[in-house]
Amino acid sequence: MKKITIDPITRLEGHGKIEIFLNDAGEVENSYFQVPELRGFEKFSEGRLAEDMPQITQRICGVCPEAHHMAAAKTLDDLFHVDPPGPAKKLRELLYSAFYVTDHTTHFYILAGPDFIMGPEAPVAERNILGVIAKVGLELGGAVIKTRMQNHHIIHMLGGRAVHPVFGLPGGVSKGLNEDERKEVEQIARDSVEFAMLSLKVFDDIVLKNKEYLDMVLSDAYTHRTYYMGMVDEKNRVNFYDGKVRVVDPDGKEFIKYAPREYLEHVAERVEPWTYVKIPYLKKVGWKGFVDGKDSGVFRSTPLSRLNAADGMTTPLAQEAYEQFFSTLGGKPVHQTLATHWARLVELLYAAERLLELSKDPEITSTNIRTIPTATPDEGIGIVEAPRGNLIHHYITDEKGVIKKANLIVATVNNIAAINMSIKKAAQSLIKPGKKITEGLLNRIEMAWRPYDPCLGCATHTLPGQAPMEVVIYNSKGEVIESLSR
Amino acid sequence: MEGAMSKLKLALYWAASCGGCEIAQLLIGDKILKLAEAADIVFWPVAIDAKYKDVEAMPDKSIDVCLFNGAIRTSEQEHLAKMLREKSRVMIAYGACASEGGIPGLANLFNRQTIFDRVYLETQSTDNKEKVVPQTKYKVPEGELTIPEFYDTVRTLAQTVDVDYTIPGCPPEAKTTWLALEALIEGKLPPRGTVITHNAKAVCDDCPRKRDVKKIKKFYRTFEIIPDPEICLLEQGLLCAGIATRGGCGAPCPQANMPCTGCYGPVDGVVDQGAHFLSGVASVIDSNDPSEIDKIIADIHDPVGTFYRYSLPDSLLRRARTK
Repeated sequence: MKKITIDPITRLEGHGKIEIFLNDAGEVENSYFQVPELRGFEKFSEGRLAEDMPQITQRICGVCPEAHHMAAAKTLDDLFHVDPPGPAKKLRELLYSAFYVTDHTTHFYILAGPDFIMGPEAPVAERNILGVIAKVGLELGGAVIKTRMQNHHIIHMLGGRAVHPVFGLPGGVSKGLNEDERKEVEQIARDSVEFAMLSLKVFDDIVLKNKEYLDMVLSDAYTHRTYYMGMVDEKNRVNFYDGKVRVVDPDGKEFIKYAPREYLEHVAERVEPWTYVKIPYLKKVGWKGFVDGKDSGVFRSTPLSRLNAADGMTTPLAQEAYEQFFSTLGGKPVHQTLATHWARLVELLYAAERLLELSKDPEITSTNIRTIPTATPDEGIGIVEAPRGNLIHHYITDEKGVIKKANLIVATVNNIAAINMSIKKAAQSLIKPGKKITEGLLNRIEMAWRPYDPCLGCATHTLPGQAPMEVVIYNSKGEVIESLSR
Repeated sequence: MEGAMSKLKLALYWAASCGGCEIAQLLIGDKILKLAEAADIVFWPVAIDAKYKDVEAMPDKSIDVCLFNGAIRTSEQEHLAKMLREKSRVMIAYGACASEGGIPGLANLFNRQTIFDRVYLETQSTDNKEKVVPQTKYKVPEGELTIPEFYDTVRTLAQTVDVDYTIPGCPPEAKTTWLALEALIEGKLPPRGTVITHNAKAVCDDCPRKRDVKKIKKFYRTFEIIPDPEICLLEQGLLCAGIATRGGCGAPCPQANMPCTGCYGPVDGVVDQGAHFLSGVASVIDSNDPSEIDKIIADIHDPVGTFYRYSLPDSLLRRARTK
């Protein structure tokens, strides 16, 4: 048996590692996506003050600290039985929308964009953000940088810090917006809507109008029929900050819809001895292994999943983009993993439009941003949609609000089973006996997991814009017979 | 650095950390271009295509400077720290986790066994009747899979290898990062051992809130009061770590109406930040009556998480006894 090791592929609380095993015929027998690190937040949260959790848990991920900060703040509302004033909820959602704009922008242009804009087998030296800028023009490249910087500025303005904000508390937020700041946010939001529209046009021009790319997006190598999860409002429209979790089956029919408090009835996690990350699945369907289909509890929780699980968007331009997405790809649900990149842009537009709506809300400069909790804390559960998936925080405290138990199901983790399956299927489709394993071929395997944006991703994948990757092929005696790296 | 014309060789690495340090490094904005003019980045796994084995092949001390973020939690991280130390002339602990252990260092209140038990066996959503836990080596039908060893104790970088400088913060503010990078580029590094910030005094020195040397009778938790926006948070009864924390950050947290939590580490000359913070807190208590003092202090429900939020592995305590 030959073994191909891809290490490190990208960061995911450390970095990821892919092992691909070939059989004697030279075909892919199996593959494993491993996470080689654990930090143990579920344990060392015990003994901490509940109100410190928004700041403690965001150290799980410095790329999406805002998601943990929001999930924790919502969990604290539930735990302390306190309802924040309307303006406080809107300020949280405003910051969260700005965060979504930065995060989705970075992923599309810096991480995923190079594969499409430059081509999956373009020379490595060109397949990065610098190549993208050279091709799409300095103007758009400048807009990418400006959009990121401006929306980070909003996070800093409201959250106190650009990385690891501090403003979330049970019952509200510590800081509001004044009128000058509001005007600034409104202008940034207008620019962001324009930028998101432009990004959808770029996708249309470069991917959808290119038959070779469209065929790749639609190809079986990158397709899995799974369940899809996403948070929705009372009319089943996409919401990142609040609502119920809806799951649709591989035929697109609603399978379950549940409030955060009910998550334990619906999601379970299994442990595999070869990786430090746990593997969630739908409890009512059950674990049937790394396989897709209606009988397998494997689900996906991504931008594509959120569009599949919802009936539409609340903002007008995003709704149009949503309709075009499904009409172009043949209706709901869309199973093609690579379409996740397009779905991410539809969400980018929604986030920018939502930011604009909130910036114009008459309540947004209100100073009524805190309700002081008075009830005894006991147990709280909070869910948000992080850019990389559904994020669950669950705390149990003593009567003083000191954490006794904490459970966390973190965004990227939801997709671990699907990432494993996507890598295996792409590898099986692409690695064939006698076919030379080229750098471009490896990149096509990387493209199978890149749509999930396993954590780190985004901003840290700076100028060169790609995960480092090394492939070593071993024969059955453990001798290196081929080695390729970039 | 020798040879005025030669560019600096820079390595960046992460260990047990969250990625926030990488984001912080990017937040220097357009100064990245100045950095690119002055330095070649020879190793940066999140962004550059050099591999572990490329670093292994470099001659000793051939990297001018390594910025290392993250604590040491696994065997792989220890290996990389040692290798990068051998290859680098200057080793810098970047951020709270590398320099003090950081928030992941709170895991030193527990050990591997209790952490594994919680994560893999007890968590409410985990379904694991067979009691499977991850193994460093595991045979699957197709062959053997390996993952690094998870240590009992989180260590700082300086507890693992010699460290020349520290850049504090969780994460360091962009201006702190640039202060250090500019010194590197210009070859004007301060004496070895320096903690590089704009202000070696306490955060209070950066903070615009008014201090009145007022003493207090009661500590409040952040959710219990809406603090006055102008007055020192500690004097309003919030446990603000500013008095025992190195400045240079600009005091952003108190300006967002939240207490400093201590991420820039101890001020110069202090070994144990938590003990310093504790003694500062004791000095604002308005009582000489031991039973009243006990009552006031009884409102502090998480002393370790409050006083040693980022610094437990680097403190005199280091870890809890768990045997």
